[in-house]
Amino acid sequence: MTHTKCTDPVVLEQWHPLISDRELADLGEFRTTLLERPLTIKHGARGIATVTADGPGASPKVLQQYGYVWASFGQDPNSLFPFPEFEEPDRRFVPTGVFGVNVSAGRAVENFLDMGHFPYVHTGILGEEPHTEVKEYDVEVSETRDEVVATRCRFYQPKAALASDEGADVEYTYRVPHPNCALLYKSSPADPSRRDVIYLFLQPMGEEWVRAHTGMCILDEDNTDESIRYFQQVIFGQDKPILENQHPKRLPLDPRAETPIRADKTAIAYRRWLSQKGLTYGVISVAA
Amino acid sequence: MKLYDYELSGNCYKIRLMLSILRVGYETQTIDFYPGAEHKSDWFLEINPLGQLPVIEDEGRVLRDAQAILTYLAVKHDNSSQWYPASEPARLGEVAQWLAFADGITGTASAARLHDGLFYDLDVEAARKGAHRLFRILDEHLWFAEQQGQDWICSGDHPTIADIACFPYVALSEEGGISRQDYPAIRRWMDRVKRIRGFVGMSGVFPASPAADGSAQTAA
Repeated sequence: MTHTKCTDPVVLEQWHPLISDRELADLGEFRTTLLERPLTIKHGARGIATVTADGPGASPKVLQQYGYVWASFGQDPNSLFPFPEFEEPDRRFVPTGVFGVNVSAGRAVENFLDMGHFPYVHTGILGEEPHTEVKEYDVEVSETRDEVVATRCRFYQPKAALASDEGADVEYTYRVPHPNCALLYKSSPADPSRRDVIYLFLQPMGEEWVRAHTGMCILDEDNTDESIRYFQQVIFGQDKPILENQHPKRLPLDPRAETPIRADKTAIAYRRWLSQKGLTYGVISVAA
Repeated sequence: MKLYDYELSGNCYKIRLMLSILRVGYETQTIDFYPGAEHKSDWFLEINPLGQLPVIEDEGRVLRDAQAILTYLAVKHDNSSQWYPASEPARLGEVAQWLAFADGITGTASAARLHDGLFYDLDVEAARKGAHRLFRILDEHLWFAEQQGQDWICSGDHPTIADIACFPYVALSEEGGISRQDYPAIRRWMDRVKRIRGFVGMSGVFPASPAADGSAQTAA
């Protein structure tokens, strides 16, 4: 009864998102599952959150950062990745919702990194035929920061953001600074010299069931939180059936397991990076 | 006409789909169903004390309930009386029967989807089991209809609002962990619905790929 079903030390040592501070403040108390362990989160005095394991077993460590409550079952979890845009005072921080998805965290991250599906899944918004080409872009694994970074990703988008008036070539940068978290930087319609940030933080409830926390840190003084949230929910709702029909639901790390194309460079780097970390939870490891 | 709407709601989608097929223009007011629970807010409860979407306002009247709204729209805007065959007792009885069945789909398949996707606290196994029981009944019904040369849920050569009422939460069932693998007649019927002229999808429901010459669209 007292053991965690997940025994992968790589995952256990990570911080995992549970709920946004705002949602917890509204609810006061929330029950959820992390790595197959039921937890109760309580909103305390001055916004301090407490997280306790339901039933026997040690309660996790707690961190409140970037607008979320995070938890870890690790002995000495590393500090969370840098996200400096979160601190910029003129940005709007809008958590756009959390959705349950029947898929592994790795599959969800990869979908977030993929531009090739835009014209077919997000037709008329993030892409449209005949603009289907994924142009050459750069990928590196930053050794100093231990993250996968894809730059110079360009794509024609009919409606890149709620604040967009017309179609435009949009430039993306992707960061994967955590096995289950990814950030997307894209040209801001409000200020071309700066970039909006969209994040996807995944909370693995099990190996094939996640809570997907989505949100934005953006420059937009015109649209309401509700309409920004709605725009993002429409996009996520389109991704959901695609994600849930992935087979297998866990992410195969063997480079021979699935056949990538050149547009999948980021995904290839991501899988290799996970392999090198020795991750086993939610993935199909390379056979020894 | 105004529709109080939420994109990810299958019941709101029924109305958007019907309006698109009937080529009726309308405005929408987005309700922050999730996470804002605006449909349970004081101001919305004054419009619909049940705290449910969709609701329409038309010519000063407020109407709630997806199936009631479908009925109203079909009678008002379909001069051919095909979508709601008001003067044919036998077919109209079938329509009413399957509208009630659509509510059963909402109570099971939609509930399972809310559990998996939006963390509603309910007995998801019971919801899935209930949905499979209804899907089995619908699949057998559609299979026998096909043997009679019938394409739609109710008898006759034209789809009715019963097809529109049943379609969304069948099409979204996989989001609640309800596979349609064992219901081939349902899958064929879904493809036929997607070929109705004026069909639109929603987040989670993709349109059928366009036929090369457009000829596969059902005249409607």
